[in-house]
Amino acid sequence: MGKTLFEKVWEAHSVRELSNGQTQLLIGTHLIHEVTSPQAFGMLREKGLAVRYPNRTFATVDHIVPTNESAEPYSDGLAQAMIEELRKNCAENNITFFDTNTGKQGIVHIVGPEQGITQPGTTIACGDSHTSTHGAFGAIAFGIGTSQVRDVLATQTIALNQLKVRRINVNGQLAPGVYAKDVILHIIRVLGTNGGTGFAYEYGGEVFDRFSMEERMTVCNMSIEGGARVGYVNPDDTTFDYLRDRKYCPNGDEFESAITRWRAFASDSDCHYDDLVEIDANEIQPTVTWGINPSQGVGVNENIPTVESGGTQSERASIEEALEHMSFEGGSPVKGKKIDVAFLGSCTNGRLSDLQEVAQFLKGKKVAEGVKAIVVPGSQVVASIAKAQGLDEIYTEAGFEWRGAGCSMCLAMNPDKLIGDQLCASSSNRNFKGRQGSPTGRTMLMSPLMVAAAAITGEISDAREVFNF
Amino acid sequence: MKESAIKEIKGSAIYVEGNDIDTDRIIPARFMKCVTFDGLGDYLFYDVRYDSNRNNKEHPLNDHRYADASILISDNNFGCGSSREHAPQSIQKAGYNAVIAGSFAEIFFGNSTNLGIVCASVDDAGRKKIVEEIESDPSLLMTIDVENCLVKVGSIQVPFTIKKGARESLLSGRYDTLNELLEGDSDVEEVVANLEYIS
Ligand code: SF4
Repeated sequence: MGKTLFEKVWEAHSVRELSNGQTQLLIGTHLIHEVTSPQAFGMLREKGLAVRYPNRTFATVDHIVPTNESAEPYSDGLAQAMIEELRKNCAENNITFFDTNTGKQGIVHIVGPEQGITQPGTTIACGDSHTSTHGAFGAIAFGIGTSQVRDVLATQTIALNQLKVRRINVNGQLAPGVYAKDVILHIIRVLGTNGGTGFAYEYGGEVFDRFSMEERMTVCNMSIEGGARVGYVNPDDTTFDYLRDRKYCPNGDEFESAITRWRAFASDSDCHYDDLVEIDANEIQPTVTWGINPSQGVGVNENIPTVESGGTQSERASIEEALEHMSFEGGSPVKGKKIDVAFLGSCTNGRLSDLQEVAQFLKGKKVAEGVKAIVVPGSQVVASIAKAQGLDEIYTEAGFEWRGAGCSMCLAMNPDKLIGDQLCASSSNRNFKGRQGSPTGRTMLMSPLMVAAAAITGEISDAREVFNF
Repeated sequence: MKESAIKEIKGSAIYVEGNDIDTDRIIPARFMKCVTFDGLGDYLFYDVRYDSNRNNKEHPLNDHRYADASILISDNNFGCGSSREHAPQSIQKAGYNAVIAGSFAEIFFGNSTNLGIVCASVDDAGRKKIVEEIESDPSLLMTIDVENCLVKVGSIQVPFTIKKGARESLLSGRYDTLNELLEGDSDVEEVVANLEYIS
């Protein structure tokens, strides 16, 4: 019987079995950022240990960088201290750092693929749960905690339990106006926030075969929101075309032999999956979350559920808590909810194709009065290409603020935050209470075009109507 | 290695109700602007404990009857969300050695075990019994018996489950993986030699 990509990559990177039954797994590529690495370097220093393979770790700064000022020192002293600590740790240990003056800085999950560091058949770890993004290339990519960041720095390995593999097929045709973001919000709605516990998700089917790399990344990014630590797509020509000529990829003849190697990692047609889920693409609607976890989503033309519709006591309690936080009435339409802020960006939807897709509809439109709309490119590379294409002007003319690269309003570690109980239409990945910086702030997750539609009308709207599909 | 075997945890307990308590709830991101984990205990559950003027809100952690608690009890899918170790670190630094929940998010579970925090899963019926006991007398001492997978409090005993590997690491005192990983270095070199993208 054949093997899944997960099994093949796992076997190629297994070092040995540990006394507690876990596997010591080699991490080929380690990505670090300023929030979860300083404590790990501190632990290393305390133990007198060196970084074992400094050339396999790559660093960037993203969470704390302000996107509305670039001169240092930053007005926030803590942010300044964190960037300096990362600079120091990278310099002392000979680690490549895509600093703010390199033109390559950005959100770690955007930088890795962009630079060609993310490759098929590899293992990747980063102290950030959205590391699953890199699985789009047929890598096994894990989010890890700081003690494990320390482990990777010191040994290039971590201790892990093997995962089961669930294949998720999405077949059929997505309707116009339905995007990769809707696919993953729909999957999480169907399988739940902890449906993926213990599983790696392998995404496939016609929709994924047709998807670009950026669309695949959007889906893999949010695997963790469905409880799956790892999500991946088998590598194919789309993957290889994306990687050709990227800085950290092999070049020339070596690239051709890399393709042969990479292709062999794809799951075999006769492999065994521990579980199989079929999703019909035709049923997926532009999806919006109404609650406080990413599974609490509905199609844009549906109503928000009532407390009574919960099947179990605990579901009813969850719905009640969500409705209370969001100040929504159960049974009311999700469409028409007034928004205060529109955020376009993040490692889920801050890529060039996201910015391009929205820009082509934005011409001649204006952000509604009273709505604060910001667009934040995921990396300096995205920002500079977008600018060269004139996208920044389209956005600013429409009334969006055009910002520098970073995590921005995805989470509240920089000046971009919600105030009070503001409601935000957001292209990011988490709608937890307090996620966007105000304990009473409210987040509704949706695709970039749906964010733009909400920005223009001032309320949750069906982008297909707003932009005359 | 400085850590020693964890065979049981003894202490009083506190119940923080709710499913899907995520890492942003456990420690809001703005408190992660730090280069060490020291002091994180002060920010545990910050936004649900305090209002914007830092006045106490109604929350079990503000209830003096539970001030000495060292075991945290919650519901299903505890610790979902981000991989930030700041969450279990803040729990540990606030004085808790164990968490009892219906279930745990995977990364949170791994991070916690690595720090020697016992994560015990107890089903809904079992947790209900435990919570009734501690609410009737918050000073009751509870024992989490890792060897026998039992929670004992007052007159009741409830079984818990925990991943086999995690239980073994706690019992052997090898829950912090680093030393054992370091011992595998020559094997690591061999694996590296076979991977073209690294060597
Ligand atoms: S954009 Fe958001 S989810 Fe992505 S790495 Fe930054 S903070 Fe995390």
